Amino acid sequence: MSHFLKDKAAIAGIGLTEFSKKSGVSELSLAAQATLAACEDAGLPPSEIDGFVSFTLDSTDEIELARTVGASDLKLFTKVNYGGGAAVGTILHAVMAVATGVADNVICYRAMNGRSGQRMGQGISGQIVSSDLVHWSWYMPYGMLTPGSWIAMIANKYMHHFGVTAEDLGRVAISQRNYAQSNPRSFFYGKPLTMEEYLASKMIAEPLRLYDFCQETDGGCAVLVTSSERARDLKQKPAIIRGVAQASTRGQEQMTSYYREELDSLPEMELAAQLVYAQSGLGPHDIDAACLYDAFTSEVIMQLESFGFCGRGEGKDMVRDGALNIDGRLPNNTHGGLLSEAYIHGMNNIAEGARLVRGTSSSQPEGVEHVLVSSGVGVPTGALILGRD
Amino acid sequence: MHMAQSFRMKPPMGEDNGWWWQQADAGRLTIQRCQDCGTLRHPPRPMCGECHSLRWDHITASGQGIIESFTVLHHPQFPGFEYPLIIILVQLEEGTRFTSQLVNCAPEEVRFGMHVTMIMHEDPDGFRLPMFEPAQGAAA
Repeated sequence: MSHFLKDKAAIAGIGLTEFSKKSGVSELSLAAQATLAACEDAGLPPSEIDGFVSFTLDSTDEIELARTVGASDLKLFTKVNYGGGAAVGTILHAVMAVATGVADNVICYRAMNGRSGQRMGQGISGQIVSSDLVHWSWYMPYGMLTPGSWIAMIANKYMHHFGVTAEDLGRVAISQRNYAQSNPRSFFYGKPLTMEEYLASKMIAEPLRLYDFCQETDGGCAVLVTSSERARDLKQKPAIIRGVAQASTRGQEQMTSYYREELDSLPEMELAAQLVYAQSGLGPHDIDAACLYDAFTSEVIMQLESFGFCGRGEGKDMVRDGALNIDGRLPNNTHGGLLSEAYIHGMNNIAEGARLVRGTSSSQPEGVEHVLVSSGVGVPTGALILGRD
Repeated sequence: MHMAQSFRMKPPMGEDNGWWWQQADAGRLTIQRCQDCGTLRHPPRPMCGECHSLRWDHITASGQGIIESFTVLHHPQFPGFEYPLIIILVQLEEGTRFTSQLVNCAPEEVRFGMHVTMIMHEDPDGFRLPMFEPAQGAAA
């Protein structure tokens, strides 16, 4: 394994901006100019870049750079920690992606107004302008200050377009609350939910009510990944990783992808589905249970469509048919999920995916062979398929 | 209205967005335009994603548009804002979209496809930002 990466990848283009003590442009602009220069050096159009890697210290987010240079689908986006120690680390991440086929063409970048902007050791000046802060500033001044407010804009359009009702959202909330009744770790253990209680719960951000929202939780969750061979020698039945992918699409923003054509679907989740199915050689019909990311109930219904369990606009019909329940087509978030167990940012959903494959969920459906787990909705995301050995 | 002097979170003013807020301060809702291929873009960015030009200017929007989507915010309630707070995604007639607030409209009256018109709101501390109200004849 130690030689796996040898000779698998190469540097094909380099790009620099002008160097100065005062660039007069944003760090995002510097990153975009350097990226374009590297693409021109290589003779490769920016539209073929499908991965971006930078430093955690870099103020330019991967998706802001992608939007700016006109990149399309992203299959790798990551940042490496520890200041200048990240430099070669960015290359390592890119090489791992290219060698394994995760991504084809990756830009590693660092762009900084290191003299005129935030200088090394300056700390927090209160005058920092980053592409991320500028992004949020299109919403914050209007009072859009919470995830519920950002996601409600998409949920409302989706529900309006396809005739999804409050009761449909309630069915998702109740299904997961039912699972929580057999999971003592759940915040809502011993507290079932009726449709009447759901509908009477406080309206937060129309069309989303209190029980459409996930928990806020103090807690931690870690997952250990090793080789399948090694895993077979350890204590637990392994949950083999059949496929795993990151995905971001054209026009992607964090939570507010309001400016692309589609407002009533999740293009990044459709890409995640396409990648993870291709990698695993599996399809929706092979998936026996799921942990679809559930920061909000509406997201679960939309993802049924993204992952091909039904057609566009038919997610509500699956939910009405009881598909998410333990005896349904796709038992979902059998631990209670982020809605009813705890909100550990989706890592607890991955843990439940492993339990489902082991056969040890507190609500274990019959005959689970493959489990689908997804990452956050409305952001650059990813998907994972776990399988029985 | 009893508002604190500076409750509203102010945008950081960088090279890519400060000019837009200066235009708002002068009373204009503007849209960034690529000087080479003419593509309009919002939110503003330093490079054209279509032709990679770094040259851009802006046009002044007519302020007319329709509601593409919306939400009515009830909780949590932040100091300085009035609730229920109507947030709208406007499809401007120039073709780009803009996220804003709808005023002079009851929360139960807001509709998908409603025609809206821009008004420039000014806070007590002088900060200006574009908001919208129902276009004449649009409210029920």
